[in-house]
This record gives sequence, structure tokens and C-alpha cells, in this order.
Amino acid sequence: MGLEGIGARVARKEDKRFITGKGRYTDDMTVPGMKHAHFLRSPHAHARIRSIDASAAEKMPGVVGILNGRQLTEDAIGNLICGWMIHSKDGSPMNMGAWRPLASDVVRYVGDAVAVIIADTKAQARDAAEAVVVDYETLPLVTSAAAALEPGAPQIHPEAKGNLIFDWEIGDAAATDAAIAAAAHVTEMKIINNRLVPNPMEPRAALGVYDEAEDHYTVWTTSQNPHVARLVMSAFYNVAPENKLRVIAPDVGGGFGSKIYIYPEEIVCLWASKRTGVPVKWNSDRTEAFLTDAHGRDHVSTVKMAFDANNRITGLKVDTIANLGAYMSLFSSAVPTYLYATLLSGQYDIPSIHANVRTVYTNTAPVDAYRGAGRPEATYLLERTMETAARELGVSPAELRRTNFIRSFPHQTPVIMNYDAGDYEASLDAAMQAADYAGFPGRKAEAASRGKLRGIGMSCYIEACGIAPSAAVGSLGAGVGLWESAEVRVNAVGTIEVLTGSHSHGQGHETTFAQLVSDRFGVGIDSVSIVHGDTDKVQMGMGTYGSRSGAVGMSAVVKALDKVEAKAKKIAAHLMEADESDIVIENGELKVAGTDKSVPWFQMALAAYTAHNLPAGLEPGLKEGAFYDPSNFTFPAGCYICEVEVDPDTGKTEVVQFVASDDFGKIINPMIVEGQVHGGIAQGIGQALLENAYYDPQTGQLLTASYMDYTMPRADDLPSYKVSTTETACPSNPLGIKGCGEAGAIGSPPALINAVTDAISNNNLTMPASPHRVWELLNPAH
Amino acid sequence: MASVSMTVNGKAVSGQCEDRTLLVQFIRENLNLTGTHVGCDTSQCGACVVHVDGKAVKSCTMLAVQANGSEVLTIEGLASGGELHPVQAAFKAHHGLQCGFCTPGMIMAATDMIKRHGGKLDEKTVRDELDGNICRCTGYHNIVKAILAAAEEMGSTRQAAE
Amino acid sequence: MYATNYHRASSVEEAVGLASEDAKYLAGGQTLIPTMKQRLAAPSDLIDLRHVAAMQGIKVEGDKVRIGAAVTHAEVAASAAVRGVCAALCDLAAHIGDPHVRHMGTIGGSIANNDPAADYPAALLALKADIITNNRRIGADEFFAGMFETALDEGELVTAVELTAPAKAGYAKFRNPASRYALTGVFVARLGDGSVRVAVTGAGSDGVFRQSEMEAALASNFSADALSGISVDPSNLMADLHATAEYRANLVKVMAKRALIAAG
Repeated sequence: MGLEGIGARVARKEDKRFITGKGRYTDDMTVPGMKHAHFLRSPHAHARIRSIDASAAEKMPGVVGILNGRQLTEDAIGNLICGWMIHSKDGSPMNMGAWRPLASDVVRYVGDAVAVIIADTKAQARDAAEAVVVDYETLPLVTSAAAALEPGAPQIHPEAKGNLIFDWEIGDAAATDAAIAAAAHVTEMKIINNRLVPNPMEPRAALGVYDEAEDHYTVWTTSQNPHVARLVMSAFYNVAPENKLRVIAPDVGGGFGSKIYIYPEEIVCLWASKRTGVPVKWNSDRTEAFLTDAHGRDHVSTVKMAFDANNRITGLKVDTIANLGAYMSLFSSAVPTYLYATLLSGQYDIPSIHANVRTVYTNTAPVDAYRGAGRPEATYLLERTMETAARELGVSPAELRRTNFIRSFPHQTPVIMNYDAGDYEASLDAAMQAADYAGFPGRKAEAASRGKLRGIGMSCYIEACGIAPSAAVGSLGAGVGLWESAEVRVNAVGTIEVLTGSHSHGQGHETTFAQLVSDRFGVGIDSVSIVHGDTDKVQMGMGTYGSRSGAVGMSAVVKALDKVEAKAKKIAAHLMEADESDIVIENGELKVAGTDKSVPWFQMALAAYTAHNLPAGLEPGLKEGAFYDPSNFTFPAGCYICEVEVDPDTGKTEVVQFVASDDFGKIINPMIVEGQVHGGIAQGIGQALLENAYYDPQTGQLLTASYMDYTMPRADDLPSYKVSTTETACPSNPLGIKGCGEAGAIGSPPALINAVTDAISNNNLTMPASPHRVWELLNPAH
Repeated sequence: MASVSMTVNGKAVSGQCEDRTLLVQFIRENLNLTGTHVGCDTSQCGACVVHVDGKAVKSCTMLAVQANGSEVLTIEGLASGGELHPVQAAFKAHHGLQCGFCTPGMIMAATDMIKRHGGKLDEKTVRDELDGNICRCTGYHNIVKAILAAAEEMGSTRQAAE
Repeated sequence: MYATNYHRASSVEEAVGLASEDAKYLAGGQTLIPTMKQRLAAPSDLIDLRHVAAMQGIKVEGDKVRIGAAVTHAEVAASAAVRGVCAALCDLAAHIGDPHVRHMGTIGGSIANNDPAADYPAALLALKADIITNNRRIGADEFFAGMFETALDEGELVTAVELTAPAKAGYAKFRNPASRYALTGVFVARLGDGSVRVAVTGAGSDGVFRQSEMEAALASNFSADALSGISVDPSNLMADLHATAEYRANLVKVMAKRALIAAG
């Protein structure tokens, strides 16, 4: 593999700028003449705007301009869209209501933007915002999805009668019902997946600059996918033509899904820059982030799992209501459908599955993909049900899972997915061994002697990454293809630039993508630069989400490297008067196999550009591009085992051991993969024990709108993790990569709740298992 | 408007700002030292931690005028003569950062922690002492490892993680 | 933050002279500045107290402790002199906020604000401390007058806290998982005269309060066992998103027991 090649534990190239304070995030950018935007937001969850009077505010110190939805309409700026069409089971298209970047008639959630104030300083813009008078007529509101479906619930969008966006199904209802009717045992549960706020530490920001002389637009923005932002802003929002719009996503401080979407603020900053003639910068404060970043999860489901007399699952029936908030965010429709219900087979051979999903508008922030996106919801539902079934059937949780594991591949599930490879028993065995599962009773007894309730729980997850085959997702309603692009430029001195449509916002692409090149050509990673995040540099790309950068983004790089390698060998063969099929590349040299003839890499590169002595007909230069469209999803899977101790006096849960055994296929940099797992597990522990976005059902106010009330996991809430990997090759892409970005957040919540419910001998626990909630279960008198 | 003078990273600086200007705004906007970040508005995340007169403080919870006459050290001033500070080096070696946004505050908090605790850092203490710094990427595992390693490197720890 | 005018006082007299109806004293600022950032407070003037020499310093003479109002939590936590006579106070200070907050936040600022979830009010009430101001001495029983309310007159400035070291004392708190403030904190003290005081923070619907039933039970037996028969009435306790009154009532008892164990 070489010291810096595939599989090497290389320290990250990008770290130096971050550890010395030289990272360049959007809010660090300044341009001459730049002014600051503040968004005036609705304090009401649902209200009609009677009027907006900015006349006093316009006279405030430093104010450059105040714009609202009327002007946005004058300039024909389009509605925000959801880019994935889902049809209801009756064949009708989803009922999408209009989402204006600045609301002009009705506001639908607390935080809905109604005007933008642009001033010399941020403080002045906020001062002036307080002088804008908006006359609201408040309307009845609803925050929970189930309540929004009730007859007589407040109507949020005229397009979605009864607030139903779509009523969708997958699988075979009749076969599943028959399996349940014939079952020896049926486990039934109600499963709530709590609503979360993604909380990347860098709040969203945008800086829009319109250059009148060139009629050109530039926007710096905190995006996971700048090219998609450019496409959508030009094709749908009519902000600027694609050829005149440059989108730059510089260093981005975490995303976890919430920075995939194109939000009102970047559209408005760019549009306002043209309208006012000054560069306009906005950066979110944390409260705004809580109110307006797309939230995650928020499902309520019922499940029935049928077993035969041998404890084999014969059928699974699921009914889910998903809260999509006040507007349909970019991928919101795909999350509770094709990213959720298609994973309901888990690691198990289940002959019949049926899932029905209803998505609903409410007066809350839009809900979209958050780390895992649909797969954590599926895994939580399935693995809580498996654990519960094991308890009901009186078999060990591990045995029940083993009984039902899929053991031959490829495996076609009843819910679209075709699993290409896996070895679920290997992960389970590795995790049980690492956790010293057999020693648990002793540890439980020891904890009891200290007055602590100790519990153990496991979760065997599967997920689908490497999204996605373009034709397949197109047939399912996606508005875009989910391929990736790469370009490899070998410079005349042999250094290499890789341009990728993937975007790094913490994942370490500048290192791992360079490792691919190092592995292939034997050059040091310091001579390889990764270029990303700028639509003027990289022609097109689909960005980073769904753990796709390795499986899809790197595969595109591999295709481009193949082409570079072929041409480099042609040149080298010509220089050494050898046959190109005899050329091998090792340690930065092109050699004629079996001889001592060689040409250094840089000399071959120079020859490509001097073009004095190239094979007849070969073009000068050495630069190749490729687009890679995956042939299938990839299927990372693994087993997580967690042990907790509950303090019965306070209800506080301490995670005392957390073991992860993951199968990610081929790993490029184990250090970075471990880091991804650590972070994912922390977010999973957060969901299971700490985090909850809570709207007051009466007022529609988000009561957990700051770190004072929303429990972010701190270092002392979390343990050190024992992580390891097993490997089955992934046949679906050239590197055999499955993807590792989301697994931790997907696999961990059910393991936690299975452990806590084991500890307290009470299965009636909903996330988060806060001390208060656990204490109440232990003290039912209260 | 107030006139503010202080020593930042060893250099005397001065500037004009409103009395309501926070120290972090002065550092970022007046001095263009953008390594110090703002990640929340309730003084909890610690992305803004700098040292004022030798102590770690949240620069989002102090006015620039309060620091008038003080010595301020930011992330940009931690490395000396091109050599990374041992804490910076340890964060890199142990992959103690991912997106990098919380990192400057983490590193400034860690250097302060190591200095205060001398020879008494262990995993539990490090986790307790990170109470005022939030990271969403790393799950803290490698941050804790990096701080313990740096403390050991700096000759002041008894017990390393794992 | 709204516009404001900053003043740096160098003496108590200067600080008091600058006070006005719309002005606020700025001690460590760890509560006031966040509140101003949220535009929930809009003082016309801020009077910085960090440079008033007379408000600095810790003095321990025999069992008499005097802590200047501008002394930070970190200084109290690290004070060997205070630890020698009342370790519970140091331990309490060592767990207020986080390390950065403790470098700035002060004892005077904490008690003058009298946040219902702050730690110091429980300690000072249980220790029967005196609060010294620019013109008088106020007993803790009188000083803490309800949620965010104190006996301070307008413009009156806390300059120091004085107390007599207890025979035994301990503090235990259960933190709000999100904010890390006390969801419930209990300070127990047996004073030099043998009397027992138990003060509860974080739980009361009107701020810090004394738990007289526990005080009575502990008077003859200053140990956790003495509390086993007590059931705390939730009716005057706070209920919010994070905890019901019943849960807080449970925590009052659990934390009181743990405080007694800490007291030794």
C-alpha cells in the first residue's frame, strides 16, 4: 500500500490550517464594500401577514436597504423546491405547497423569514429590524404530524388537503397480512423517532456579490454540494444564469446533511446584492440555526413483526407518519420513503414486508436528511422490535438475530434493495467478543453491589450508501442523477491536481483522495492537491452526503486515474522504446518490467507537456476527466453493543462501554474511518439519551432553541469507544468501498435504548432516555 | 466609539469600536484574526476561547473594552517560530479534529487545562474540563487522546487514555 | 446587543457614583453579557468592577472568611486557605459553569443576580453568610429575596462576602443536562454553634430556599440516614421542560444525602 497509499493511517494534510487558525470559512470572507444582512423572522408559528411597514427602519443608522417578499416576486425569484417526486399509492403526485424565500402572505413556522435588513454592520441591521412593523393575523397552528392529520386540523398549505403531502406504500400488503395472521408470535410496538437539530458547529452563512460590470454573480456559502446549489439557483430560483453564477463552498464546518439544501438566505443574499448594489453577507446565529436549519427524524410508527414457531421472521408490517415541517425541503420526500422503507429488511431474511408512509405538513421547521437520513429510523424501528421480540420469545437477542440473518448474496429483499455482499455473523461475533458479552452477568452483579442498574443492548444495522445509480433513482422520482465527476491534472513537473465534485466539510478528502493517487503512482501525498468546492474550478459534481464520497466520488477519481495511467504508460513506453504493456508504475517511476530501464514520473510528465517526443498521434498534455455512475447502492453493515449503568436515584444513564464492529469494505485511511465512527456514535448517543427538539403544541414555539435547553453531547456525556472493522469486498465499485460516514449514527440509538430498557426492566421508553424520563419509569407512582 | 489598545499575540494593537463590540468581534473584524470562531449565542460552545492575561476565557462573553490593556493570545499566536505548539501537533497526530471549526477553541482550552493541572490529567479530568467546549464531529474520543498525549509530551501527565 | 456605554471603575466609590437607574454593574459578565447578546437586557451604562482593588482578594483568619465580591470562581476553587476551613465552598466553585466561565465569573456577580439555578446562593444561605455592600451588611436570610430578587437597593454594590467556617459542610448538585446549571443543588452545613442549615437551589419556584424539615431531622443526627423518612413536598418546586416538580422533589432528597456524604 505504500506509506501514504490505500490503507495507510496518514495524518491529515488539511489539519495545519485548522490547528493554526488559518481555516477559511464563509464568515471569514470579506470583500470591499460588504454590508451585513439580518433576517426578520416570524415570531408566530402560523399567521397571515397583513402588512409590513419598514418606513421607520429605513431611516435608522447604517441601513442600506430593506427588502421583502413583494420585491422578490417583482424580480420573479422562484419558489424553493423539493427535488424528489413521490407519488401516493393512488397514483397522484405529492402535494407540494409554495415556499417563498421571503414569506409575503402567510408565515408557517417560527423563524419563517419575512424581510431582510441590510446595513453597514450586523448590529445596525438587527437594530433596524426591531423598527420594522409587521402586522400579523395569527392563525390556528399544529406541531405534531399525527395531530395535523386529524379532521379539522389547521390547514397549512392549500395544495395539501388535510396537511397530507403523500400517502405512499411499498411491499406486498396481502402477503404480509397473511404472514401476520398465520404467525406463531407477533411482536407489536409503537416506535417514536425523536426530532433532532443537526447542529454543525459552524452556523450557516452566505456572502452574495453581484458584479454589475460583468453581470456576474458569486456566492460563498456553507454548502455540502455547491454544484447542486448552482444548478438549483439558476434552474428553479431564477437568481442567475448558471454560466454567470459562481458558487464557492470554502472550508465548511460540518454539515451532517443540514448543509445539503439550498435555503432562503443564500438566495436572498445574492438577489439582494444585485438589488442594492452592494455585497451582502449573512451569518446565522445559533438561535436562528435551531429555528431554521432543516431538522431530522420525527417519525411515529407502529410495527408488527410476525414469527413462525422456529423464531424465523415471516412478515413485517410498518405504518409511519413522518413530519416534514412547514415546507418541503430539497430531499425531504425521499428520506421517509426510499431512504427508509427500503431498509426495513435490515440484516434479515424476511419474506414479506409492507410499509405505509404518510408525510405531513406542520407548523415547524422543515425536516430533511440528517446523518443517516431514513436509515436510522428504519434501524431503530427494526432493532428495537428485534430486541423486544427476543424478550417476548425468551431467546437471547444474539440468537434471534442469528436465526434470521441473510447468509447468501446477492440477496433481493422485498423492498427494492439488492444486497451485494455482507457477513453479518462476522460483525456480531467480533462485537460480542470485543464487548466480552459472556462476562456481562458478572459486571451486572458488580454494578448492583454499587447500587447501579447495568444493562446491555445490541443492534445489527444495515444501511444503503453510495447513492446512487442515476437511472434507478430517476425511476423512483429523483430530480437529479447521483453520479460523481473527477478530473486528474498532471502538471508538467509531475505534481498532480485532482478536481472532484465531492465536498469535504470534515471528512478529510484532501488526504484520502490524495492517498488514492499516491497508491497508484507512488508519489507523495504532498505532491497531490485536491480541488473542490468551487464551481469555477470543478465543472460539475453532486456533492457529499449519504456516505457517497468514497464509493462514488473516489470511484470517479479511479476512472480518471485509469485514463491518466494509460496515457502515462504510452508516453513512458515511447521514451524507453518499450511496449506499453510492459510498463509498470512504482515508487514514482515508470519502469519496463523485468529490466532496469525506468523514467521518473516527473520526466514523463514533462515529456507530455514539452511534446517534443510523443508517440505519433498522441495529444500533448496529461489531464483526464471521468464521470462515474454507480451500478448499485453499497451496503455497510455491522453490530454495535453497548452497556449502560443507570443511577436509580436520579435516572441518569452512563454509557460505560460502547463497542462497534463495522463492515465498510475497503478502507482508505483507518484513522479517518475510526473518526467518522466515533462522531456518528456520539450523535447516536445524543439522539438516544440527550437530544430532543420540542415544539410547544399550544404556541408552536421551539422550546429547545439554544444550548441552554437542547442537550448537545459534551465530552463527559460520552465514553471512549472500542471500534473495529471486518471486511467483505464490495463488488459494486472499483475500490470495494462501502462508505462509513453515517453508520455510527444509524446503528447506535437502538443499542442504547435496548441497553437502558434492559437495565431498568421496562421496555416502555422513548428517546431521549433523559434522567427525568428514566426516573419516572423507575418510579411509576409519580 | 471606544479606543481600545491591547497586546494580541505579542503585538501591540489598537482600534476603534463600539462599546458593545465583543472581544471576538474585535479580534475577527478589526484585527482580521479569523481563527477564533463563534458557534453559539449563549456562551456555551467554546469555539471562541482565547487567553486573556494568561487565562482561557470566552471572547464572545467579554467586551473588547473590557480587554483594554490586556494581553490576548489567540490560536494564531500559539505556534512559535514556525513550530507547532505540542497541543496543536497532538491534535493533528491523533486526528483530534474533523471540520476544524471548534478546533481553535478546543486547542486554546486544552493548553489552559494542561497548564492548570500540571501532572494531574487523566481521561475523566479531561472530559470534565471540556465542559465548555462542544464538538459535533469527533465524538471527543480523539480530542481526549490528543490532550492526554500533549500533556504527556509536555511532561505533566500520569495516565494516558486507552 | 443594544448600544451601551462602558465605564471602568477603579474604586467602590467611583463605581457607586456611576450608578444610575438604567446602568448595570458588570462583574464577570458571564450571565449579563449573554443576556445582553440576546437583547433581553439593555443597560444604558455598564460599570466594570474587575479593576476595583477593594473588591479583590480572599482573607481567612481563624474561622473567619472574607471573599471580595470580584473574586472569581476559579480563585475560590483554587484557594488553599478557603479549602482549609470550608472545602465544600471550593468544590462548589470548581463546578460552576465551565473552566472559562470560572475564570471570569465572580461570587459578587453570582449572588447579586440570584439566578434560581445558581450555586453560590445555596452555599451562602446554608453558611449563614453576610453580604457586605458599599453601605451595609446584609444577612443571607434577608439578602436572597426570591427568584432574581435580592435585598439590594438600587445602585447598592456588593463588595464582599463574609462567613464563619462551618463545622461540616457539603454540596451536591444534579446538573441540567443541557445548560449545566443546577437542576437541583443542595448545600448542607452544620455551623460552629451546632445549628444545621440546608439550602436548596435550582428547584424552588421562587429561588433558593431552606429545607426546614431536613434541618430539623439533621439537628440531632447529621448524616444521610437521618433523611430517610423525609418526603419532600413538590408543591413549591419548579416544573419546566427539563423536570417536573416531583422529579425535583426527589432530587432534593437525593442531593441532600449526597451532600451529607460529601460533608463527611
